[in-house]
Amino acid sequence: MKRSWFYQAGLLAAAGLVLWFFVSNTAQNLESRKIASGFGFLAREAGFEIGETTFLAYGAADTYLRALGVGLANTFRVALIGVVFATVLGTLIGLARLSSNWLVAKLAAVYVEVMRNIPLLVQLFFWYAIISENLPGPRDALSPLPGVFLSNRGIALPLPVAHAAYGWILGALVLGIAGAIGATLWARARQAATGAQLPSGWIGLGLALGLPLAVFHAFGAPLAWDTPELSGFNFTGGAALTPEFAALLGGLSIYTAAFIAEIVRAGVLAVDKGQFEAADSLGLPRRRAMRLVILPQALRLIVPPMTSQYLNLTKNSSLAVAIGYPDLVSIANTTMNQTGQAIEGIGIIMLVYLTISLSISACMNWYNARIALRGGAR
Amino acid sequence: MSWLRANLFSSWPNAIVTLLALWLLWRVLPPFVDWAFLDAIWSAPDSKACRAAKGEGACWAFIAEKHRFILFGTYPYEEHWRPALCILVMLALYAVSALRRFWRPRLVLFWLAGLAAVGVLMWGGVFGLGYVENERWGGLMLTLLLATFGIAFAFPLAIPLALGRRSQLPVVRGFCVGYIELIRGVPLISLLFMASVMLPLFLPAGVTIDKLLRAQIAMILFAAAYLAEVVRGGLQAIPHGQVEAADALGLSYWKKTALVVLPQALRIAIPPLVNTFIAFFKDTSLVLIIGLFDLLTSIKVSLQEPAWAGFGVEAYIFASLVYFVFCFTMSRYSQGLERDLSGQLRLGAKAGALRDA
Amino acid sequence: MRTIARVAGAIALAFAAGAAQAQSTLDAVQKKGFVQCGVNGGALAGFSAPDSKGVWKGIDVDVCRGIAAAVFGDANKVRYTPLTAQQRFTALQSGEIDVLSRNTTWTVTRDASLGINFAGVSYYDGQGFMVPKKLNVKSAKQLNGATVCVQPGTTTELNLADYFRANRMTFKPVVIETLPEVLNAYFSGRCDVFTTDVSGLVSTRGSRAPTPADHVILPEVISKEPLGPAVRHGDDKWFDIVKWSLFAMIEAEEMGLTSKNIEQQALGKDPAVQRFAGATGDIGKMLGLDNRWALNIIKQVGNYGESFEAHLKPLGFDRGINALWKDGGLMYAPPIR
Repeated sequence: MKRSWFYQAGLLAAAGLVLWFFVSNTAQNLESRKIASGFGFLAREAGFEIGETTFLAYGAADTYLRALGVGLANTFRVALIGVVFATVLGTLIGLARLSSNWLVAKLAAVYVEVMRNIPLLVQLFFWYAIISENLPGPRDALSPLPGVFLSNRGIALPLPVAHAAYGWILGALVLGIAGAIGATLWARARQAATGAQLPSGWIGLGLALGLPLAVFHAFGAPLAWDTPELSGFNFTGGAALTPEFAALLGGLSIYTAAFIAEIVRAGVLAVDKGQFEAADSLGLPRRRAMRLVILPQALRLIVPPMTSQYLNLTKNSSLAVAIGYPDLVSIANTTMNQTGQAIEGIGIIMLVYLTISLSISACMNWYNARIALRGGAR
Repeated sequence: MSWLRANLFSSWPNAIVTLLALWLLWRVLPPFVDWAFLDAIWSAPDSKACRAAKGEGACWAFIAEKHRFILFGTYPYEEHWRPALCILVMLALYAVSALRRFWRPRLVLFWLAGLAAVGVLMWGGVFGLGYVENERWGGLMLTLLLATFGIAFAFPLAIPLALGRRSQLPVVRGFCVGYIELIRGVPLISLLFMASVMLPLFLPAGVTIDKLLRAQIAMILFAAAYLAEVVRGGLQAIPHGQVEAADALGLSYWKKTALVVLPQALRIAIPPLVNTFIAFFKDTSLVLIIGLFDLLTSIKVSLQEPAWAGFGVEAYIFASLVYFVFCFTMSRYSQGLERDLSGQLRLGAKAGALRDA
Repeated sequence: MRTIARVAGAIALAFAAGAAQAQSTLDAVQKKGFVQCGVNGGALAGFSAPDSKGVWKGIDVDVCRGIAAAVFGDANKVRYTPLTAQQRFTALQSGEIDVLSRNTTWTVTRDASLGINFAGVSYYDGQGFMVPKKLNVKSAKQLNGATVCVQPGTTTELNLADYFRANRMTFKPVVIETLPEVLNAYFSGRCDVFTTDVSGLVSTRGSRAPTPADHVILPEVISKEPLGPAVRHGDDKWFDIVKWSLFAMIEAEEMGLTSKNIEQQALGKDPAVQRFAGATGDIGKMLGLDNRWALNIIKQVGNYGESFEAHLKPLGFDRGINALWKDGGLMYAPPIR
């Protein structure tokens, strides 16, 4: 064992030397080139505007720290919505690939192969080029639905006007969902104890939808629309999705959906055929068999790579810097250029993404430990 | 007829879905074929004809006009045979590595010779070839260069990392885990920024590394972390009996690793290795963001000439096609390989169709 | 054991090599035989743009050629690195280029916290706005709510925000990094307004617009933008060389020396001209250069006025505030003595 301690001490010493070499060089270079260092710049005024701010208030007089916060909010916005779209689309396509309909299965296969083999950056540029080069200006905007306008400034949508009732409705929704979960658990326990069944699915749905609906009506059904109108140069009012956001969201979702489709397909295929036959022999209808027997087993194989894809989607959202969407990397880049403090900027980017990755990994490890099969086998 | 009945129209919902799909194809395919092939402009002296046909016909003349720039970047015009030859050498390296009968240690020598040949051809300065500084390298040639040299140099880094991660020595394991998790947790863009912006600050004043080398170093460090995880998967899949048998023979740790463990681990890990290479090949397109002239950048720059501005859709379809050809070939090869090798060791072969984004 | 010794030896060697490599920029430039000049990757006509044969031309390019003429006696010993606004400072800081001559504005933040030194002003400019004529906008104060195309990492971005804030107007920024792409976005209608230095507006309207007459430059000039070459901190000798190469060009125009007559004039009796051309005195040696440094600059590149005439006049620029101080402008060089 002595030799191994010697080796490790040597490794530590060598690493320490290399680190000292880099650090002293950096300090010397920063000093001789009079580049500022330290995180004090975060309290300085940023001085630049940001194109979209995801519900946060931001102006050029705010600090760099706030600008980076806006960037982070933008990253989360595109990542969360992208994850939802990608999962839904990916699952549909994965199941389509398993379909017995030859045409549908082949179309899904073509989609998966094409989207997986083209770099994400190319896809982003492609979607951005389609939106910005082929849509008309705001004065000649297309209007496929009343209140919805498509132009090269983006998609303008009508938004309901904020009302006090909406806070209550949100609260009622949360309560309804909690009630649905509680009802399901209670019905399951009751079934285990007495064998009597309750349609807990329908009860849950009723709670989750009914409570918010009741609150809505209690307030007198307030639904006023804020429709976008062309005034001056752009559309004011309503919600606007910029071409950058639309291209990034579309590109990320479509790209990640192809990988998720393969994961879902592999997960379902990995469940032993014997399970299907056993469920059949028990007399379970196809859909119940799917829900109670196949999917729980498939999920065990699907969830780890799925979380890894979610992580990839979040990291890939950093490509926003190439099409001008102001996410964290893009704003940190501008900050680095205006203040000259590259090391701190890159450090912030890496810290944020590392935190996100490690937390998602930790969650996944917890989930894995919970559902792990005890006692060997796969 | 019965095939149609069984596969497309086997039940009412199925039949409706089939008809819906057919209708969608009918709406989308003929206009696309018209735009892309029938009404397209294949060659034109300037962009006037293309502009007149914008919206109705694709402008492939743009590609014809700029194809040299897209393939070779700003390499001197008369010397284009040199990067063309390098592309062939690198493709030959891939082809040879793909054939299973060449999977022996001599392959490493072959790779070293190939890479040296590429270096000599591109830089020149010896054997009567003119010197071409690497600021002028670009296009498809640079993409292949980044990918090939990246994987070649990441491999010797990945194997010690994978072994170190499984080591019993806490310091060694700590380093390897730290490195791998750090690199895998951050986006490639931040590593490229770090290399292009921070690396010069880490070096003593007066020592400079040029931009291409910086980007190559970042790509190598990035690939090494992902390859290390794949190799680790291979190491874990080896039956413990092999290790015990090697111990029983009295082999030291290094001999055991080099002669017994690694060859088997690498053989198992080849399909996921190829998948990692496909992802890495696609990731080379990100050097656009730090200003290097790879395939995607040169396509983008060709678009910037005012005469040809506005033909982004054609340009990106062409880029997609080139990447697709490379990646699809490799992916088909990897799937075929998996099928052949999965007989030897069950590694959840169906799950092996999974790839990293 | 042996491997550890080898590794330690390699690291020690790297230290030694590192210590030995600390060189001044002038020595490094003389050793490699050319000046590495950072220019505008977006090809800004009149300032730094390659012509149809790939030869870089413009007044920023002439500053670099002047430095090469001063150091080597040959104005063609320059290599050009095209840079975007975001890449330019890191390229200079990292040593990738020796001098940045890329229509860069001199501000205190850049001077003090980015680690660069500005070596004078080659063009006094200001920021303006360009809009399509069909929007019927006559003044910048009518731009409330407009979508504005701007490049990130520039003083333009900051001045734009300040101006709109001061006038209580709002705008939507579209930030695009490279000049050709931002022009593409503006000309395709993605944004209503394009903002940059007025010189950039005039240059791009003249050289890139599909129909220049369809675009109008608004009368408001909202900031001062003194553009000039920049070098790294920490190397005073190189700083002096770049500074005085630029001053030599301006001084030559004031003294009436042109590329055509300087050889002749150098043989005359005017002591100021003799000093300038290096016939008397040791100014070149003081800078670490040959005594004919200024003569080489003027002979091979020309004086400031000739450079302006050759590159900016054809695009429709007039001298304006960039005339000599004697003619009512701001160009004033300290005396060469």
